[in-house]
Amino acid sequence: MLGVVVNLNHPAHFVHWGFFQMSISNLIAIIVMLVVFAAAILLPFPGHRRRGGAS
Amino acid sequence: MSGYLANWRAENDAARVWKGGYRRYDLLKEVTIAIGVVLGLVVLLSVLFSSPDERPSTIAQWSRQMPLDFASTAVAELDGTSGLATYGPPYNHNAEGQIEWFIKLQKWFGVSHPINTAADYVLDPLAAIPGRPDLTRAISTYRAAPAKRRLAWASAYANALAATKPAPRVVRGHIVLAPGGYGPVATLMNSLLALAQSGGLDGALLTSRQFFQTDYTKPLLFLADGSQLDDRAHAEHLLGEQWGMMNETGSYPGQVWLWLYTFWYQIAPFNSSDNSDVLVMTVMSVLSLLFVMVPFLPIVRDIPRWVPIHRLIWRDHYRSAAGAE
Amino acid sequence: MSAAAAGGPPAAEPAMKPTWTGRLRAAALHRWPPERLLPDVQPTYVASWIYVFGALSLASLVVTVLSGSVLALKGPGWWHFTSVGHFINSTHMWAVELFFFFMVIHLWGKYWMAAWRGGRARVWMSGAVTFLVAIPCALTGYVSQQNFDAQWISTQAKDAFNSVGIGAFFNLTNFGQMYSYHVLLLPVAVLGLVGAHVLLVRRHGVVPPLERGRVIGS
Repeated sequence: MLGVVVNLNHPAHFVHWGFFQMSISNLIAIIVMLVVFAAAILLPFPGHRRRGGAS
Repeated sequence: MSGYLANWRAENDAARVWKGGYRRYDLLKEVTIAIGVVLGLVVLLSVLFSSPDERPSTIAQWSRQMPLDFASTAVAELDGTSGLATYGPPYNHNAEGQIEWFIKLQKWFGVSHPINTAADYVLDPLAAIPGRPDLTRAISTYRAAPAKRRLAWASAYANALAATKPAPRVVRGHIVLAPGGYGPVATLMNSLLALAQSGGLDGALLTSRQFFQTDYTKPLLFLADGSQLDDRAHAEHLLGEQWGMMNETGSYPGQVWLWLYTFWYQIAPFNSSDNSDVLVMTVMSVLSLLFVMVPFLPIVRDIPRWVPIHRLIWRDHYRSAAGAE
Repeated sequence: MSAAAAGGPPAAEPAMKPTWTGRLRAAALHRWPPERLLPDVQPTYVASWIYVFGALSLASLVVTVLSGSVLALKGPGWWHFTSVGHFINSTHMWAVELFFFFMVIHLWGKYWMAAWRGGRARVWMSGAVTFLVAIPCALTGYVSQQNFDAQWISTQAKDAFNSVGIGAFFNLTNFGQMYSYHVLLLPVAVLGLVGAHVLLVRRHGVVPPLERGRVIGS
């Protein structure tokens, strides 16, 4: 394989909550989505203080 | 109600056209930067993690690694008791398929991919083997026997395979069972096992209609009736009850967007119903329709106004507007 | 400068019977005048990072199609036997993961903005249908991998399609059919839907902020 730095070809680890189970990689994907969404609406947007154009 | 609709209309009218200020913006530049960012991320992820590619199972492998499981699957195809043989449409008429109330979509769409499990998986592949008069005799004997006798032979063979005292043995590629009334079935199964282990059955099932093939339905459904695929899937957490629809082989991220689809299979009444698939498809079709129709659903369309996430998104606009007043 | 003055053909005289072509051109120009189709200004309220996720979703789709085109050029078996092929397959897989990742965040943002307001219901609906069509597009890709994952997914998912009768003409275990859907039919559907979605956004503009009883923009 070309350039594999992190080998993910091994059995996944899972988290279990009652009847719910999810792989760590899927859980990371969901957490990253939530973090990115929160960051997108919280982080200041550049140039936002300029009043451009006609009002 | 009329007050609610009036507010809805007023809200829509107010949002139709923006009469406020504009500022400089480069659409093409934004899309170009986005493509660059995504390309960079994709290359980085590919270099870091690559992608999974677990080799497919073959009938040859299955028959070599699990000869008894292969034989018990084959005898079930022969006597019409296998999962595929009793599936119903689109493969055969031996069941009605899944039903929802009076709606029998599986049955109504008919048998479009006919599979006769006894002929397709056992008798026809064996009949093509040349230079085996004993096998030819066994096939004729089986075909000529009345249905009840054939079933009795096959059942006896299947029971012997499942027995623990004495347990079946495999000696030099040959299944050895306790003496019993198996008729020609023992010869058929041992011949089929040899054909499978040589790789001939993979090819025979694929090219049964013509030389050029791209349709793997027959060999795949035969494999799926056995335990080879199931065992591999269980090890990789891909089974339905393991929320497998969301998962990928190895430790790769899978299909997280299927979370709601697989969720229903984990709970009653879906998890114990014979009609779980059609029930889940119905629920998800209704939810998908509601998802598309969100703009028209009371309460669902009002939640964004009640939960002030929008006040964070447009906080600079609200600040400027308040300042201007 | 008119088309005629620039050396192009003149438009039909008003007295002539309108042509289909002329009518289509007039309707398109009315809905998408050039400065609306390719604007170089945007409303001042478009000032949040959440707005970039539509472009990121589109960009992910572009990279998915590009990587998929390389795979299509070399045929479905190539990536199993060469390192370069495997790398291109990896880029295709991660582009798809990013496509769904960015699309869902885009969807969350648009929901909390109630972006269907002001005649933009079709924008929401075309986006929702894009998401729903992208799922079988991905599914046909998964069953075209020609590896164990494809074997498992096709033999399991077939039950869902068979249960509603669709399996009678959409056979997940038929590699040739699934590959055709994945490489041509469903990408065309997704790209068509995304095109309609983007054109609708350009027509109606980005939705203004939710206001409490105030006239927007005054």
